[in-house]
This record gives sequence, structure tokens and C-alpha cells, in this order.
Amino acid sequence: MSAFARIVWVIVKKDLTVEVRSLEILSTTMFFAVTVVLMFSFGLVVDGRPLNDVAAAILWVAIAFSGTLALGRTFERERHNDTLRALLLAPADRPALYMGKLLGILLLMGLVELVLVPLIGLLFNAPVIQQGMLLGLLVAAGTLGFAAVGTLFAAMLMRARSRDVLLPIMLYPMTVPVMIAGVRGTAALFQPTPDAAVAQFWLSLLAAFDVVFVILALWTFEPVMTD
Amino acid sequence: MTRSMVVMVALAAGMFAIAPWLINGAPSEATMGLVYKIYFFHMPSAWMFLVAATTAGVASFRLLFLKRPRADHWVIAAAELAVLFGAFTLVTGPLWARKSWGVWWVWDARLTSSLMLFMIFVAYSLLRRYGGPGSDKLGAGLALFGMANVPFIYVSVNYWRTFHPPTSVVPKLPVEMGIPLWFCVTAFTLLFVILLRVRAHLEHQRERVEALYLAEDEA
Amino acid sequence: MRLLRILFVLAALAAVPAAAFSQPKQPPADFVPVADSEQGEQIPAMPLIGTAYGLIWVGVFGYVWSVARRLRKVEAEIAALEAKRR
Repeated sequence: MSAFARIVWVIVKKDLTVEVRSLEILSTTMFFAVTVVLMFSFGLVVDGRPLNDVAAAILWVAIAFSGTLALGRTFERERHNDTLRALLLAPADRPALYMGKLLGILLLMGLVELVLVPLIGLLFNAPVIQQGMLLGLLVAAGTLGFAAVGTLFAAMLMRARSRDVLLPIMLYPMTVPVMIAGVRGTAALFQPTPDAAVAQFWLSLLAAFDVVFVILALWTFEPVMTD
Repeated sequence: MTRSMVVMVALAAGMFAIAPWLINGAPSEATMGLVYKIYFFHMPSAWMFLVAATTAGVASFRLLFLKRPRADHWVIAAAELAVLFGAFTLVTGPLWARKSWGVWWVWDARLTSSLMLFMIFVAYSLLRRYGGPGSDKLGAGLALFGMANVPFIYVSVNYWRTFHPPTSVVPKLPVEMGIPLWFCVTAFTLLFVILLRVRAHLEHQRERVEALYLAEDEA
Repeated sequence: MRLLRILFVLAALAAVPAAAFSQPKQPPADFVPVADSEQGEQIPAMPLIGTAYGLIWVGVFGYVWSVARRLRKVEAEIAALEAKRR
């Protein structure tokens, strides 16, 4: 395994080990995501029936909100134990640090989405199983784009004041293209006659965003994190 | 003020004084009548908004990757101007749209992405004010990502069905409309350059104050 | 800074008569079919145009004034600090 991959693996393993002990971030984030889905459902259901395309929107809003929380709490944990400074002092490639944290976040959000997507399918009669393949790819690509920017910003903000509110302030405008593409693609799949072609268009757009955001984040991580 | 600045200010002031006459002289448009004349300030504002965003991104790159600390002054200046010209664009556009489209706002690709870019630079201002020390680098990271969105905004309108006129409208303008338009574009460009330099100068002076305080402490 | 402000004030003053002379074009004397009288026709254009241009003028002047104010404050601070140093 190359040095880069080894460092990435070490970081992911560390985060997993710490999290598995208490399951604190996973369980609270998951519950929060479910609450978001329910809150929005209560607001957007008229006469017992949801408005059009609302299922897709609620799914992605829940992903965005719970993702932001998870990001904040993961890096708060690093800050609290001053571990990030140790990591930065180590002779490790900075992009490898970023990758390690990104993979950890992706794992966490993936687990939350494994609960969210069936829940949406249940509450809104959405065809999550029939469209499972494309839906899974859309959610994965969108989560990657969101987490790529989010990991960078959350790491950057770790030593800043007012970081709790600054993270969503910085993150949400930046990830609007990801949100739009995710919602439009998912809505196309949730229609009475699912439109796979439209969903694939939005999926390819998401893939393009992902490439741009990940490369830009990898590139920017080093100069931004050094004093 | 340097001589080049005085010349630019005189030229810009003169052009802005003449602009209303030129705009008044432009013909009415076939479908939109008189209200399209908002275009003569709306379009240059939009261009300067995107130019400001790009400038902030370029200066951020110089700060982060070329390690030029003074580039930070230009990031701050350009980001503030992005908010200013972005506000102009996002206010004049809906005023025009109210009459020609019947609604204040639509959620199409160009409007949505422009609003988003505006919010990114407002977020930058909040970050600089409340983020504490070190937020110059954080802001530069944010501005770099913001700049990556600029080409997308410009091109987006050509790929999504939208009310908003596509970019191909500009080269095809008749001369009577083209002259006031390009006149205003020049005037706005001058204005942008002037404001950018003055605002960056303010940051240079602030840095001098910091240095003087530090020298005083050491003495 | 003063020169900047003076020149912009002059520009604004010159623009006022131009705005005053802007007349909307006369509507055609021909019969206008009912289908053409959409909601858009009933919204007068001049207030919209006036607001749009007015806001930009106010915005530019406001920003110049704001930068001038901050610059004056900083330069006063510099002068005070340098006087103290001597």
C-alpha cells in the first residue's frame, strides 16, 4: 500500500475505532435526520397527501442538515482532543489527511442514508427499491459532492470563532448545485412514470461537480490548513 | 491620489453623467417597450459582479498558493465589490422581470446560480467579520470555490430553458442599442477599477496601522 | 478623496436634467387588440426604471461615502500614531 493510502486507512480506522466505542455521532445524527424528515413531512402534507416532488426534496434537505451536523461534531471531536494538530505535525501528506476524514464522513452519512431512503420510500410510497440502482448512485454522488466541500470547510473552520454557524453559512450556498441536481434527479425517479434519462443527466452533472469539488478541495487543503 | 486615478475618476464621472442621455436616446424594444432600458445598467452590473468574483478568486489563489500576504487586501476589496454589484444585479433584474415576465423571480439556472454566488460572497463577509484570526486564509478558500462557479453561471443560461435572454443576444444587438450598452459597460468597468483600488488602499492603510501599533508595543 | 466626491456629485447633478427630460414614447394611436392588453401592459414602466437606476446611483454613492469614511478614520489614526512616535 502506498504511503498515501496507508495514512488514509490509519485515519479512517482511528475514526471508526473511536466512533464504534460510543456510537454517539452515528446514533444522534441518524435520529436528527429522521426528525427532519418528519418535521418537513408535517409541514408539507396537505389533506393527508404530500405535495408533488416533495419526497425528493425532503430526502436531500435531511441529508444536508444531518450532514452539516455530522461534519461539525466530527471536527469538534478532533478539536477537543487537539488531535488535528498532532495529525498536522505528523510527517503525513496533507491531502491524505483530507481523504481520510472525507472517507470517514462518507461512511457515516452512508449509514444514515441507509435508514433515510427506505424511510422516504415508506412514508411517501416512493419506488426506492425498483429504482434502487440509479437512486443509490444519485445519493452517493450527491453525498460525495456535499461531503467533499463540507470536510474542507469544517476542517478550515476548526480554529475559527463562531464556527458552528459559519459552517452552514459557507457550506449551503456552495453546495446548491449538488442539491439541485440531487433533488431533480431523485424527483425524476419518483414520478408516476420514472424518467431514467433525466435522472442519468443529473447524475452525470453530479459526477462532474464531484470531480471538480474533490480536486479543488485536495488542492486547497494544504495551504489553508498551514499557518 | 495618483494621476492615473484622477484621470479615471474624471472619465468615469463624465461617462456616468452622459449615460442617461444616451440611454434616453435608445429606441423602445418591440415586445418590452421602455422597461428593457433597465438592461443598460443591469447587464454591466452583472458583468462586474462576475469580474469581481473572478478577481477575488485570482487574488485568493495568489494568497494561498503564491504565498503573497498582501493579496488578501485585494480579496477583501473584490469580495465587497462582488456583494455590491451582485446586489445591483439582483435588484435591477427583478424590477425588469416584474414587467416583462410578470413575476419578480423564477428559479431557473442563471438566477439561482447568481443568487448562490451572491450568498457565497455575503458568507465571505460574515466569515471575515466574525471568524476571528486566521479567517483570511479560510475566506480565500471560500472565494476560490466561489470563482469556480463563475463560468457555470455564464454558460448555464444556454443549456436550460429559461425566460432569461441567452448570451447570444449581445452580439446581435442593433447599433442604437449597442452604443449605450457598451458605453455603460465601459463606464462600469472604470467604476469597478476605481472602487477596487480605493478599497484595497483602505486595507493597505489598515495594515500600516497594525504595523505602527506593533512597533509602538515593541518600543 | 475629496476630488472623487466632488466629481461624483457633479455627475449626479448633470444626470438630474437628463432624467427629467425622459419622456415615454407615445402609445400607437391604432386600435390595440384585446389579446395584447396582458397584465404586463398595465404595470407602468417608469417607476420600475426610476427605482432601478435610482438604487444603483444611491448604492454607488453610498459605497463611496462608506469607504471614504473608513479611510478618513484610518488615516487619522495613522497620523496620530506617527505624531506620537516622534
